[in-house]
Amino acid sequence: MAGSFLHAVRAHAPLASRIIAALFGGYALAALTSVATLALPTNRIDAIFAGMLASFLVYTAAIVWVFAVRSARRAWAGLLLAGLPLLAACAWGGQGLSV
Amino acid sequence: MNAKPRGIRQTMSDLHIWTGLLVSWILYAIFLTGTVSYFRDEISVWMRPELPAASHPSAAPELAQRMIDAMSKTHAPGGTMWSIRLPTPRDPTVFVFWRDESGFASATLDPASGARVSARDTKGGDFFFSFHFNLHYIPRLWGRWIAGVSAMFMLVAIVSGVITHKKIFTDFFTFRWGKGQRSWLDGHAALSVLGLPFHFMVTYSGLVTLMVLYMPWGMQSVASPEIQAAVTNEIRFKLPAPEPHGAVTALTAIAPLVQQAEARWGRGSVRSVEITKSADNGARVAITQAQSRRVSTTPRYLVFDGVSGELVTAKEHSGPAAETQGVFYGLHMGRFADLMTRWLYFLSSLAGTTMIASGLVLWTVKRRTKLADPQRPYFGFRLVERLNIATIAGLPFAMAGMLWANRLLPLNVPGRAECEIHLFFILWALMLFHAALRPPKRAWVEQFLATAAALALLPALNLLTTTRGLPGSLTSGDFLFAGFDLALLALAATSLEIARRTARHQPRQAKKRRRAGSVGEAT
Repeated sequence: MAGSFLHAVRAHAPLASRIIAALFGGYALAALTSVATLALPTNRIDAIFAGMLASFLVYTAAIVWVFAVRSARRAWAGLLLAGLPLLAACAWGGQGLSV
Repeated sequence: MNAKPRGIRQTMSDLHIWTGLLVSWILYAIFLTGTVSYFRDEISVWMRPELPAASHPSAAPELAQRMIDAMSKTHAPGGTMWSIRLPTPRDPTVFVFWRDESGFASATLDPASGARVSARDTKGGDFFFSFHFNLHYIPRLWGRWIAGVSAMFMLVAIVSGVITHKKIFTDFFTFRWGKGQRSWLDGHAALSVLGLPFHFMVTYSGLVTLMVLYMPWGMQSVASPEIQAAVTNEIRFKLPAPEPHGAVTALTAIAPLVQQAEARWGRGSVRSVEITKSADNGARVAITQAQSRRVSTTPRYLVFDGVSGELVTAKEHSGPAAETQGVFYGLHMGRFADLMTRWLYFLSSLAGTTMIASGLVLWTVKRRTKLADPQRPYFGFRLVERLNIATIAGLPFAMAGMLWANRLLPLNVPGRAECEIHLFFILWALMLFHAALRPPKRAWVEQFLATAAALALLPALNLLTTTRGLPGSLTSGDFLFAGFDLALLALAATSLEIARRTARHQPRQAKKRRRAGSVGEAT
């Protein structure tokens, strides 16, 4: 019983990992995008709109990516790699924001 | 751990099938109620047959002045806020709402006299519109999140569906009639590919309409409340909150202000006039532009000092990204559309609804050929099959049923508008029971027949219960009522045809069991 349960977990773990990566990792990437656009050289209002508009396309692309690559590990790695420059942009764009 | 890597087309096909299946029932309901919402105003007018038919109202400046006078003298003399929505070719009455000491109130006025007109208590087309993204019986916020998640799944299903589809151009010209699963696949693909730009636009722009809810992070990271207000101000016009006490006094004449607005934007361009008592004990008059003037819905308005009549603010420009948002929002709502474009919207959206339905049916058609015992399918198969029936055939029946309730419910029932909606859901639930209890094929046929009958008899019911039946509306040029009844008959004929074809349909595996395996591998 315990053995077959473990077996089932092991068999489905990569798929579960991908689903989590798609739903939550994808959303995190989209949310980062929506903040990263504040680094764009435009006024705050347009930057916010650009971020919101782009975020759903990024989310869609992220989900497709997560299921298209060879393994769940690669899926996560791709998300992290895409997230790094966005994170940098967030830090850059966030300067002086809390005024 | 790693199974043999599979091709991109196979993984995308799986993604397409499972994202599609998980949310398709709710998406079908969202699409169908959204489709009819392109005729939201027309449905509202049809559901209030007591209201006067479209007339030729006087010019906007005089009309607005007449309504303001009626408000200040009769309807809401103590108001701290008055809002007047002028009539349009699609909605011939004036909708007003106001705020006074006792809170908010609203009324429908006759544009000719400014007198209150009363009609039966109904939500009209607003119910389908609201259900389309709020759902019902659950908090609005939940409904909106469910709709948003469904829309994201749809977007993923669209993209993965396109990747799956290897010969998108060739298949465009391919249709294999009467070939069971292949025909369903070709039909699903044809509906998807033909309408692809529309389906993508309408799904993405649906997310755009509520993106401040779904993606608030950019806005929240900017701490300035002014910028946050400026962002929401690019999405919808919102009056500054009125002072809670005292009434608007010493108001300047409204007609010249409306005239100024029309001079800037063109005749017939004013949507609403809103007056609030301002903090300096004077008043502010805001005049907003009709959304039928441009595709983008970014608000355009003028604000005047209500005592001196001087122009205080003119909002007539938006930044490029804000305007992009407005264009997507506008494309989703189709408020700019004239009658012809509106019908194209309706038909494209109906194609989207049918695409979702055909995808759902395809799921069962494909698996039926592989069933070990077609007489006793496994639980998941039965669940999908029954839900398909109750959704695809049951929802249109319940929608038609709500129009029946609108004509048959006594006018003095307390909470009448809510009763119409309860009846809609009761009928829909009955369809679910029916689909669960009857043999599937019988259930399909019976529900489509019931829908056809409910739709076909509505014009007759309308003739019996109102003075605006089809013969009269055709001869007197009451185009809205005539068009509505004729559209119901056309939809009834469509339902009947679907019922007829389903009844005559012979499942393929009964005839050619041997080929079933080779057909099953198609994507």
